[in-house]
Order: sequence, then C-alpha cells, then structure tokens
Amino acid sequence: MSAVRRVLRTLFSVVLTFLGLTMVTFFIGRVIPIDPVLAIVGPKASVETYARVRAEIGLDLPLPVQYWRYLTRVLHGDFGTSVITSQPVLQDMLNVFPATLELALLALFIGVALGVPLGVVSATQRGRWPDHLIRLVSLFGYSMPVFWLGLVGLLLFYAKLGWVAGPGRIDVGYEDLVPTVTGLLTVDALLDGNRDVFINAVQHLVLPASILGYLSLAYIARMTRSFMLGQLRQEYILAALAKGLRPARVVWVHALGNAWVQLITVIALTFGSLLEGAVLTETVFSWPGLGLYMKNSLFNADLNAVLGGTMLVGFVYILLNLVSDLLYPLVDPRARSRA
Amino acid sequence: MTAPPLLTVRNLRVTYPAAQGDIHAVRNVSFTLARERLGIVGESGSGKSTLGRAIMGLVPRPGRVAADELRLGAIDLRNLGESGFRRLRGRRIAMVLQDPKFALNPVMSVGHQIAETHRAHVRGSARAARRAALEMLHAVRIRDPERVFGLYPHQVSGGMGQRVMIAMMLIADPEVLIADEPTSALDATVQTQVLAILDELVRGRGMGLILISHNLPLVASFCDRVLVMYSGRVVETCGAGALRQARHPYTRGLLASLPELDHRRDVLPQLQRDPAWAEGA
Repeated sequence: MSAVRRVLRTLFSVVLTFLGLTMVTFFIGRVIPIDPVLAIVGPKASVETYARVRAEIGLDLPLPVQYWRYLTRVLHGDFGTSVITSQPVLQDMLNVFPATLELALLALFIGVALGVPLGVVSATQRGRWPDHLIRLVSLFGYSMPVFWLGLVGLLLFYAKLGWVAGPGRIDVGYEDLVPTVTGLLTVDALLDGNRDVFINAVQHLVLPASILGYLSLAYIARMTRSFMLGQLRQEYILAALAKGLRPARVVWVHALGNAWVQLITVIALTFGSLLEGAVLTETVFSWPGLGLYMKNSLFNADLNAVLGGTMLVGFVYILLNLVSDLLYPLVDPRARSRA
Repeated sequence: MTAPPLLTVRNLRVTYPAAQGDIHAVRNVSFTLARERLGIVGESGSGKSTLGRAIMGLVPRPGRVAADELRLGAIDLRNLGESGFRRLRGRRIAMVLQDPKFALNPVMSVGHQIAETHRAHVRGSARAARRAALEMLHAVRIRDPERVFGLYPHQVSGGMGQRVMIAMMLIADPEVLIADEPTSALDATVQTQVLAILDELVRGRGMGLILISHNLPLVASFCDRVLVMYSGRVVETCGAGALRQARHPYTRGLLASLPELDHRRDVLPQLQRDPAWAEGA
C-alpha cells in the first residue's frame, strides 16, 4: 500500500469517527433529562415565551434537520453559548483546556516514567517479592477512587505536612502575573522568566498530577508486565541470551523494544482516560480545567457546554488514535514497510 | 594421542519439579565432543533440545541441571553462575535455533543483531563491530552485505534469515556450536544450501558441532557420529555410516519408519516404545 493511500485511509476513518461522535453527542442532547428551553427561560416563564424560545433554538424542527444544523454549526466551530458564562462554549473550552492538558501531561509523564520500569521489573521478577509488591501497589492505584486519594493526599501533604500548595492552580497573589502564551502555567512562567510564579504553579500542580499519575502508573505497570511476560517467552530472547548478551540488555533493549509496540496504544488510551478522570480530580482540587468546567455545566443544566466538552474529549480521543497510528512505524519496522 | 575433547558431558541430568513428582527431561546422558560433527536424533520430547540448552546454561527456572562432569575445554560448567556462562555464550559456545522468523528480534535490523554479538565479546568501536558483521554476512554467502545489514527480519527470506542467525552466532568465533533443528523450518532446497554453509564454516574454523534433529537421513549424511535419544536417555551411539547396522530396537524402529523411494509400503510399521529403555535397560 502506498503512503498516499495509507494517509487517505487514516483520514477517512478519522472523518467517519468524527461523524459518529457528532451523532452520539447530538443523541445525548436529545435524551438527557435536561430541558434546554427551561434552562434559558427559567421556571416562571409563560407558555408563549417557552414556545417562542423553543422555536428560536430550532427544537420544533424534525430530528434530521436538527442534526444537520447541529453538524454545520459544529464544523464552523460553533458550539453555542454557555448559559453560565455567557461566552461562546468554544472560547470557554480554549480557556480551560490548557489547565487540564498541563495536569494530564505531567500525570502521563509520571505514569510512563515510573509505570513502564515497574512493569518490566515486575515481569522479570515474576513470582518473587518485588513482583508481589509492585502488583499490590498498582492494584491499590487501580482500585481506589480518585476523589478519595485526592482528599487523603490534600489532608496529608497539604494540611498536615505542608509540602505542597492547596487547591487551585496558583495562589491568588500570583494570579495573572505572567502573560498567557501556551496556557500551560508552568511553561508560561518559564517563558516569562518568572521564577516565583513557576515554583508556586509547580507546588499546586504536583499533588493532583501525582495522584492522576499514580492511576495511570497502575494501569501502565500492569500492561507492561503482561506484555513483557509475553515477549520474554519468545525465541528471540533465547537467541539473545545464547549469544552472550547481558540479561539487562536482553530485557531492556530486546524485550522492551518489542513491548513498546503494544504499549503505544495503552499509553494513548491512558492519556485519554486522564482527560476524563480529570473531572473528579479537578473537582477535588478546584482545578480550573475542562473537568471542573464540565461538572459545573452539568450541575447547572448548561447543555451547550456539556455537549461541547463531550465533543472536545471525543475529538482528543480521535487525535490520540491518529497519533498512535503515526507513532507505530517509529517503533515497529514491520509497520514502516507496510506503509 | 587424541586431542582433549572440546566438550565433556558425564551423567547429565535435567529435572523439572512438578506436583506429581519430578519430570526427568534428560537422564544420565554422557558423551564427549571433539572437533567433529555429532548428531543427536530423537522424537519430539526426547530431551534433545533440553540437552542443548543445559549445556548452554539456558534451562529456564525451575528446571535443575546436574552432572558428574560437565566441561567446556577445561572450564567446569557446573557451578559457573549466570555471569560466567554469559562470557562463554557466543564466545566459546553458541547455538543456532530452529526458525529465524521467531529467533531474530523483529524490531532490530539483522546487521545490528549480528554486530551486537561482536560488541558483547570483543572490545572495540561500533565501526569495528559493523565491519566484522559485514564480513560475517559475506562469509555466510550473502551477496550484498551492505544492503542486507540494514534489513529487518521480516524483510529477509527463511534461508537468508537462517544464514543471518548463523552469522550472529559465529561472529565471536566460538569453538562449539549447537544447531537445534537448524533447517527444519526451511524449504528442502534451501536446507541444503544452509547446511553447506554451516558445514563449510564449522570445518573451516575447526569447530565442534552438535546437530540436533529429528531427521535421521540428514544427520546420517551430515554428521560423523550419532546419538539416538529416547525419553531423555541416550539409547544408542554409533558412527553415522553405521546407522543402518544399529542394534537398539528404538533406532531400528525409527529407521524402519522412513519412507523409501523405490519401495511402496501401504502400512507404516508401528514404532515400539518400551518404558524400560528410559530406565536404561
């Protein structure tokens, strides 16, 4: 298959998935037990007002027509206006998403940087105490509700020990001190050369990111362990040992080199679930990101904002799939020559 | 006076503990290997591959290896430990596996895998290792070593893959090579080529070769001596040319089961298996 055909096929599947996503969000908008008209006019409005607003937002039209209108608007980047903020939903999301992204990126980094080595050690020490310990630690991370971990973390590291800063993204005194460039506060502080803001931002970031990172670590370590066990049984491992390589090289270069092929998908999906998982973490930590925004929108029946957020998370998932498709050839020469 | 053997094996035993009692994969096998080609034949599960792995120190946990004597030249292999074995593997004793499709790392270029053996044993730069790997590719009669060096295992044919495997195992000049079914995964025509290359290199370097196979005629024509294994035990040792005169009923049974071109047989003889053979009767 030629490279052009490969790209075309990928793009086709992206478009198809995106259409599916819009149908799902549209469908959610119809079945959700929230009356968008009521949310606008309020409970005391007259029947006439209710009917007028209903017609204004097009809810009296046939469903396919409504969907078509919805799709056209979405494709123009118009997700409607938020009832709470009175701003376009797209603008709101662009404001809050970088905060979530910053959190998720650091969490993913923690999850990969620790989870992969732990999984490798667990697999090579299979059945011995390091394996049991690592599996216990990841089982704990896997089973504990994130809000509980967040609350206990705040209690211990913020309230008792004072090692980290409390909820929020930054202390009030440091707000709006650095110009927004990337939206990632730590990066913006570095770009501006403002050391105090950077340190304060990191102190706020480190606990929620560690807790989210612990969750992804638990999953990544489990998957790495199982992929590695599969690889270590392969004949090429025996051959690598037979030619006199150090066991460390056999494990970390040969076996792990092959396990990466499978790990890419897992890591991409972990990143996606970090964005979802942020809803609870951000609520516990009052983190002004997409999760908190969506929670507030949901509790206030702000349908446009909820659907916009759903769409954004879904779109990020599609992008992640695309990225992992593009990353495969980097670690797997078999995918390279198929291209 | 004969030269001292490259490999001495006396009463080698490999046991796997199991809930129902130990499983004896190899029972009291003894032989010596000089600069010769020794064939080991036997059916699946007769312990011939396990024997090869035991000599390499590659029997996986929880298998146990014990022997009255197990020496590579003057080195006692019995209490060598993992790091001691590592220095010998590839350098003094190497092993060619059955199927290059599985025995080569799919995400590493074949040239890199050959050079890696060199780097594990020989001090020197990456460039020296690359040069040695290219020479080795040439030695296994690969026509365009520069191009093949950068190929990945899925891009080479079975025969070429097995030649890469041989290059990878011989680059650090071992004196003993264990070839475990080296041609069983290959087409018949390619088998002959690969065997010819193996033969040329083993002879040219004055190595000792242990050829493990279930293929009696192949072993008979290729090797100097043959061990016949049954249920973990050597039931017969004879010169390859004298295989036709084998006395043990198991060997005779194996020979009788071979198809013959000028003989039409409707019923294959039943291969006899007597549990007493495994006990050394």
